Amino acid sequence: MSETIVKLPDQATARIPRDNFITRENGMLSWLLTGDHKRIAILYLISITFFFFIGGALAGLIRLELLTPQTDLMATDTYNKVFTMHGIVMIFLFLVPSVPATLGNFFIPMMIGAKDLALPRINLLSWYLYIIGGILVIATMVTGGVDTGWTFTTPLSTHYVNTNVLSTGLAVFIAGFSSILTGLNFIVTIHKMRAPGMTWFRLPLFVWAHYAASILMVLATPVVAIAIVLVALERTLGIGVFDPTKGGDPLLFQHLFWFYSHPAVYIMILPGMGVISEVISTFSRKRVFGYTAVAFSSVAIAVFGFFVWAHHMFIMGISNYAVLVFSLLTMLVAVPSAIKIFNWTFTLYKGSITFETPMLYAFGFMGLFTIGGMTGVFLGSSGTDIHLTETYFIVAHFHFVMVGGMLMAFLSGIHFWWPKITGRMYPEKISQLAAVVTFIGFNFTFFPQFILGTLGMPRRIASYPPEFQVLNVFSTAGATILGVGYLMPVLYLIWSLKYGAIAGDNPWQATGLEWQTQSPPLTENFIESPVMDHEAYDYEWLESQQQTANETEVTHAG
Amino acid sequence: MPDNISDSAETSHVAHPAYLRHHFNSVEQQADSTHFAMWLFLLTEVMFFGGLFTAYLIYRNWYYPAFVSGSHQLNVIWGTTNTAVLIFSSFTMAMGVWCAETRRRKGLVLCLSLTFIFGLVFLGIKAIEYREKIEMHHVPGFHYSLQSFLDPESNPEVYQEYHDKPLALDMAQHTELYFSLYFIMTGMHALHMIIGIGILAFMIFRARAGAYTSGHVTFVENFGLYWHFVDIVWIYLFALLYLISRH
Repeated sequence: MSETIVKLPDQATARIPRDNFITRENGMLSWLLTGDHKRIAILYLISITFFFFIGGALAGLIRLELLTPQTDLMATDTYNKVFTMHGIVMIFLFLVPSVPATLGNFFIPMMIGAKDLALPRINLLSWYLYIIGGILVIATMVTGGVDTGWTFTTPLSTHYVNTNVLSTGLAVFIAGFSSILTGLNFIVTIHKMRAPGMTWFRLPLFVWAHYAASILMVLATPVVAIAIVLVALERTLGIGVFDPTKGGDPLLFQHLFWFYSHPAVYIMILPGMGVISEVISTFSRKRVFGYTAVAFSSVAIAVFGFFVWAHHMFIMGISNYAVLVFSLLTMLVAVPSAIKIFNWTFTLYKGSITFETPMLYAFGFMGLFTIGGMTGVFLGSSGTDIHLTETYFIVAHFHFVMVGGMLMAFLSGIHFWWPKITGRMYPEKISQLAAVVTFIGFNFTFFPQFILGTLGMPRRIASYPPEFQVLNVFSTAGATILGVGYLMPVLYLIWSLKYGAIAGDNPWQATGLEWQTQSPPLTENFIESPVMDHEAYDYEWLESQQQTANETEVTHAG
Repeated sequence: MPDNISDSAETSHVAHPAYLRHHFNSVEQQADSTHFAMWLFLLTEVMFFGGLFTAYLIYRNWYYPAFVSGSHQLNVIWGTTNTAVLIFSSFTMAMGVWCAETRRRKGLVLCLSLTFIFGLVFLGIKAIEYREKIEMHHVPGFHYSLQSFLDPESNPEVYQEYHDKPLALDMAQHTELYFSLYFIMTGMHALHMIIGIGILAFMIFRARAGAYTSGHVTFVENFGLYWHFVDIVWIYLFALLYLISRH
């Protein structure tokens, strides 16, 4: 831009647009009764952060107890309750809604050029259901907790425990419906609300990933709902569907439960993969390598994900043939996951990479998810599974995928879209530090657990033989670092709400439609309904747009 | 983007019907989206009942004699009547949708009211059947009695019709599983009926004011889909629970 341009004062100093979705209406009620997907996303963001820290505090208690070989910090049944509540809070109230209900809610309509999700009131209802579920979980915790493990294993949950299985079950049931409604809303929106020219293969991969995850939410969640209803009825009325004395089979519960809960891990990870696609492309200034393959690999993960559930039951006495088939199918899931990792790597190849915070988290994701995924193959193959299952190897495996993968992706996405959501930048240096601290803390916490698992330390037990103490101390120390890594973003992101630099419309020079509008966006997202006339991740299109914009500015100034 | 544009964000408001929600571009898009959403919701319902049908399938294969004896304790006449009642209610519901589409307000109110009444009749008959089960101690749980299966002649009405042989003790115990499934499946179905009847009452109230006969028929259509779905579930339940031994 030449120096001769005279800028008007209000254009020279950047500021946040006066009219946006945050300032349009004021007052508590305008938030609690809103239909705006962006406001609901923020309601979700606040509530899941709250539950994340409750779950995190419980994780801290677990690590503290495991600092020493003896059972000293808490009694064994308290320990059972603590790890159960940690699992329930983290899975049902944090991981499942994390990316979809916040970033997905906020950005899917914007990415496809719509004014809102197709069903705004259903969207709000899903938040209220989530909150009711959350309150029930807290009430359960306050009134004594539950100690069945988050898996509600029968006949423990139906006959033997004396804790609050019913209220927890109800909470999971309600939170499940919240998730169903979110998924349903996304599918309808992606099918019916796309802007003119926004064909399926012009959708950002974030949208594809959410589409695949939504299919899982809609089809799998009702099954766990009925399984929990059956547990509740067995506990209260004494019906016998899972009761061996009446001819019922506890293994049926495992089938019904894992028919949801295995796909659920893909519900959790797929949206995270969507975030990584966006971030990797933006910060290497390249179209995602093999767009179609990455898009279809999301759908493939969703489809394969439905046919692997029995690998959670290899040691529970299912038939050898079933073990064979499910073992094979389980390993098949590694194929689309690997396609994603390879394609992201090829996207980086010869890209002009920059290392902003979202990119650092995305790198963390790629490394940790790869380790988590590969160890999943160990567990999928029945021979090694029999040795490793119910040990800390399992714990390390799913924390690598869920915390190392999903949480990294969530933080990556939060940093990536923070300027768009709030209109302000987060402080770059300290957040890069936080990303590195998180990565280091994570590896210190969970890598020793792989070793502990192969040595045979069982999960869900409060005490262990003294020779395991060194690795457990490593793990607990790492958890402390990890905790600091998670606390930092909360502090500086809140700080940035008031003191962050003004972000402008498109600070990352990203190509998605959500970046072609003001930050924070208007309530109706776009001034005019956008028309999509180029492919996704088309950086040349973006440059030509900016060139045109600059030329017009020059002409006006001239 | 200069921020002064945003003040004129209210884009040119073309005249459109009042029921068109602001985030849709056209009435067709709105109707399409809500129908699609309803079908997806019904898909989740299929998966919800699917879990129960899976349990039924497995246990019926394992304990076939218990399931046959259990089903003989149900009253096929009441079951058939209820099937007929529900099919009629589906017919009146379909007529209701037609009335809404052709903007016949009185016809719509009549059809919805008939559907409402049929729904109540169904629940009434279901209540009679449940009461019989309670009296016979066929409700699973603490008061469950095996007498009808260990000694079929103790219940002459059923015995005259089917001449069931006594079951061995372990097989007789599995009849409790049959009744568990019977009560859960019909109970879940009845819960859906109750919700449906509640919505019907609301719809009758709104239909009298003419809310659905001014062109905005998606709500009636979507509720129709729900009602037919609940009806179809019953048809499966009727065949699977009442007619096990009748090939």
